[in-house]
Amino acid sequence: MKKQLPLIIVLVLGITMALQFFIPSHISTLTYETLNQWLIVIAAFAISLAVGSLINHHMIKIKRRKSGWWNSYVTLTGLVVMALLGILGKINGLNWMSAFYFKLFKYVQAPMDSAMFAILAFYMASAAYRAFRARSKEATLLLISGFIVMLGVIPFGSLIWDKIPDISEWIMMVPNMASKRGILFGVGLGMTATSLKIILGIERNWLGGGGK
Amino acid sequence: MRQKIPGLLLVLFWASLCLALPAQQIPVTAEPAAAAIAPVPEVKAGDTPNDGGNAITVTWQASPDEAKGLVEGYEVLRSETAEGEYSRVGYVPYGFTSFNEQEVPQNGRDYFYQVKTVGKGSSDFSLSAVSNPAQAHEQWFNAARINALVATVLFILIVIYFITRAKRGQSLFIRRIAGLAAVEEAVGRATEMGRPILFVPGISSIADVATIAALNILGQVAKKTAEYGTPLLVPNKDPVVYIVAQEIVKEAYTEIGRPDAYNPDSVFFLTDSQMGYAAGVDGIMTREKPATNFFLGMFYAESLILAETGAETGAIQIAGTDAVNQLPFFITACDYTLIGEELYAASAYLSREPMLLGTLKGQDWSKAVIVLLLIAGVLLSWINPGIRQLILNLLIVG
Repeated sequence: MKKQLPLIIVLVLGITMALQFFIPSHISTLTYETLNQWLIVIAAFAISLAVGSLINHHMIKIKRRKSGWWNSYVTLTGLVVMALLGILGKINGLNWMSAFYFKLFKYVQAPMDSAMFAILAFYMASAAYRAFRARSKEATLLLISGFIVMLGVIPFGSLIWDKIPDISEWIMMVPNMASKRGILFGVGLGMTATSLKIILGIERNWLGGGGK
Repeated sequence: MRQKIPGLLLVLFWASLCLALPAQQIPVTAEPAAAAIAPVPEVKAGDTPNDGGNAITVTWQASPDEAKGLVEGYEVLRSETAEGEYSRVGYVPYGFTSFNEQEVPQNGRDYFYQVKTVGKGSSDFSLSAVSNPAQAHEQWFNAARINALVATVLFILIVIYFITRAKRGQSLFIRRIAGLAAVEEAVGRATEMGRPILFVPGISSIADVATIAALNILGQVAKKTAEYGTPLLVPNKDPVVYIVAQEIVKEAYTEIGRPDAYNPDSVFFLTDSQMGYAAGVDGIMTREKPATNFFLGMFYAESLILAETGAETGAIQIAGTDAVNQLPFFITACDYTLIGEELYAASAYLSREPMLLGTLKGQDWSKAVIVLLLIAGVLLSWINPGIRQLILNLLIVG
């Protein structure tokens, strides 16, 4: 029964949601919205479990003095401070906490996010170096087409030859777009097949252990 | 001479009088007075098709003055009776000739519409004639999606056909997918090196099919790690995905008969911040030095950060995503990449269950049908260009 019940729920809700796509009536829309709200409620419960997991994971790291265990103190302190400031800041008279919460968000978390994002530029340079080494016919083709596309999007390209931007656009709009669409066709069918397998109970790996 | 002087003085007097008069008092005879802005010639109203009701679409022809650049926009007015009091229900700027009112008070009741043409930079406006009576109705089938329904039913039939074949025991050939064939080797390598396996199930939510596909593969990988006794690390970004992943790994260990080997801390929640998650996983890779990294599911900008860090640590990396923009990064930085649909094929490929292989075969044949339809469409459009628009109209999903 432990495995049968989720399968029944998935079958019923899966078919309901699939039919909902073709039924525009008020009841159908309401059902869709209600189920989405349920998803939010479930996610809210899941967050409490996730926070529990986070605390447990870092407590274990601190206890066992695992590599980089002191970082766990920073994580746990950040978690507690931000939670307290966020919750208590809503109380009248403690509005300074809310202001401090937003300051921490704006001047600590957001810059850290931006810094991490900025690192991407360096990784791109190293990945481009690796990708553009002409080790095979395909890599050579990639190198040439990449070079033309890059020239095509900068003013210097049209100074060399005024046809370069056109060739660059052709590469992007014809071979590149055709490949993208080919992949997207496969993705669309794959998504539909996976959904069908799950709704019909053919795919049970998501239940863990194949659902036997 | 004496007679001429008074005449000259008279002319000068009249000339000075005319110059001294304000401009508006000079009678204008060359141009006629400016006319009021032209109203829209025709207004039609009708039920908005394929919706849940309470909506009426109003269409009109543009005011003739719109081409002269005199029109600011159109106000749409509604009344319950043709001669009744009209109230404003919407406004569209010039260039638009329709308005979909989605707050019609009652379905099945007559409503009348007028369109007020608003002139530019002045209080000029003009009212159109009253539209035909229109009623809003609730529909029970979206006819604009019939093409999607037909395609889905056709796809389901193809899949069911191959599932039936697979159930009968007929062998189905599935081409070798290098990335999936390497899973066994990658787990074995980690076992030999005594290092953990890192499995990243993407950063999207459980509502994403790519995440579900990744979790299906996690089940297969977890069975292998349970078998070999290899440590498994599954950091999560989404709380719901974390719970599902935990359950999958736990059940996989139980099914293999090694529930004692399951470490509840192996599947954990990291953070729901995208770059925070990337930093966290990078930290795990540099500290724990996993021998194998799996990046499967939906990825965004963090894909290259993760894959490049993994490559620097010397791990075997197997990636798979349906995010077309992230595929080049994975192909560059990983040893094996599952491209698009291969991610969805992984579960069937790894488990070799006939039913799952049947769906995979159905998927391939459906793709063949699409390719044939594309070729036929291109040829027909080439023979008769008029067919092109017909085909495009058939493909639009409302």
